Amino acid sequence: MKKYTFTEKKDTRSGFGAGMQVLGQTNPNVVALCADLVGSLKLDAFIKENPERFIQCGISEANMIGMAAGLTIGGKIPFATTFANFATSRVYDQVRQSVAYSHKNVKICASHAGLTLGEDGATHQVLEDLGMMKMLPGMTVINPCDYNQTKAATIAIAEYDGPVYLRFGRPVIPVFTDPDQKFEIGKAWMVNEGTDVSIFATGHLVWEAIQAGEMLEAEGINAEIINIHTIKPLDEKAILASVKKTGCAVSAEEHQVAGGLGDSIAQVLIQKHLAPLEYVGVKDTFGESGTPAQLMEKYGLSAKAIVEAAKRAISRKK
Amino acid sequence: MTELQSIASQVRRDILRMVHGCQSGHPGGSLGCADLLVALYFQQMKINNRKGKGGYLSFNMDGKGEDLFYLSNGHISPVFYSVLARRGYFDVTELATFRKLNSRLQGHPTTHEHLPGIRIASGSLGQGLSVAIGSALSKKLNGDKTLVYCLMGDGEQQEGQVWEAVQFAPNNNVDNLVAFVDVNGQQIDGSTKKVNDNRDLGAKYKAFGWRVLHVDGNNMDELTTLLRKIKRLVGKGQPIAVMMKTEMGQGVDFMMHSHKWHGVAPNDAQLEQALSQLEETLGDY
Repeated sequence: MKKYTFTEKKDTRSGFGAGMQVLGQTNPNVVALCADLVGSLKLDAFIKENPERFIQCGISEANMIGMAAGLTIGGKIPFATTFANFATSRVYDQVRQSVAYSHKNVKICASHAGLTLGEDGATHQVLEDLGMMKMLPGMTVINPCDYNQTKAATIAIAEYDGPVYLRFGRPVIPVFTDPDQKFEIGKAWMVNEGTDVSIFATGHLVWEAIQAGEMLEAEGINAEIINIHTIKPLDEKAILASVKKTGCAVSAEEHQVAGGLGDSIAQVLIQKHLAPLEYVGVKDTFGESGTPAQLMEKYGLSAKAIVEAAKRAISRKK
Repeated sequence: MTELQSIASQVRRDILRMVHGCQSGHPGGSLGCADLLVALYFQQMKINNRKGKGGYLSFNMDGKGEDLFYLSNGHISPVFYSVLARRGYFDVTELATFRKLNSRLQGHPTTHEHLPGIRIASGSLGQGLSVAIGSALSKKLNGDKTLVYCLMGDGEQQEGQVWEAVQFAPNNNVDNLVAFVDVNGQQIDGSTKKVNDNRDLGAKYKAFGWRVLHVDGNNMDELTTLLRKIKRLVGKGQPIAVMMKTEMGQGVDFMMHSHKWHGVAPNDAQLEQALSQLEETLGDY
């Protein structure tokens, strides 16, 4: 098992803020919009350096999405930011008609996704956003795994012409990816090569998958770990190559199992290479208040849950 | 008949024939707003008149240096399509494809089929004003002095997003924006008063900080006078809202004074009766 170490823990939203600061300095067309959550989205540096390119929308997310669509007409690259729940389920029709169907170059950037939002509870813990967004034709969906990858993804999506949903979160987690990485949309990252089971993880679950890989190694199981940071377009080639080698798979995501990364992988496997797949995700339930660590444990989104899923997948191999 | 009135007469014929041709669509609001769209596209708006492929107006999505129009109540697409075609964005014969399979003239306007002149999809109501504000902000960031126009329905004012946008624009000095509300007092289920009364829309916009004007949207002289006045009022720190009184079904006697022709197509006899009331001025497609 390849060793991954970290010297610090940071939140992925701060990676977004750092990426925005870079874009503020390098891309004059980038405009930031926010719906009364500037501090939570870590936009302070961007706003300080580019006050004329920041639009405070107030608590009106529908108007924010519509304005972002309008800003693209004239060549601006709007980054519309708020909590993931308010960036997706609250404004789904606005995103569908004004952004996706109209194919506008809007970057919907969403923090506080999933259970790890923590104490605010289920009203704010959106666990359906990846599914909703990936269903929209032409929408690119990205869920990076740590501070460095989020920063790199933020910079990369400004270069891409088309609507993007970028999802990140609130908890501080290990920073373990390369600070100088080049983010390639739609290209899976091989975290660890293995032979017995393929673990496909996204977002906060990637670090859990690495820990699971170490636990499996101690039991003599050689896990391949792949980071699917881009849910759509999905790197089918990487998924098929891995599962053809290992013969079984686990998906791991901070999202409902219905409609998430696991379902995207299942579609690929069902159509192109039938193999056992075990889901690690939230099972048709809402979240609740608690610390991020408590919630991840209670709802089965831990390294331990990935280990168990891996063993189940291996046992189902013919 | 003035030139604009004569164009409007042809546009009304186009609307009726398009809706009749596919036996679906929304003639009522389209007929009511024909005068405004003709006045905007044939007189008021600064439009790039350069011709491109096939002799049609060359269309650029970014619209820099041009006045831009956004139709928020997308169901009145027939009037939008007719005016765009008559203005030269595409061939008038294409109007015959309205709402038919493989057409660029979808039931509601869309950029998806790349019809020249369309910059945003609309149809799900309440979204156009936000888009227009974003477009106006984009112009400001680009130092582009041209204007943004938006048309909404009065029934549409029942959508919450409209009021998010109405609150935002004055607070952010979006003064390169002119929003028209088509006050015809009708919506699908009946009069707006009965369905969900908008009460005094002008007073509401004024309270939110807009400069509010009123006009008879079916009187071309009044309309063009108002539009000239608007050119002097923009750029003064306030967005402009026009409460435009119209008659749904304007120009066809049996379609007026009712909500019944909001989304119903005329049959053959009704079409003939309707067309007999509108002079063919530019030649039917």
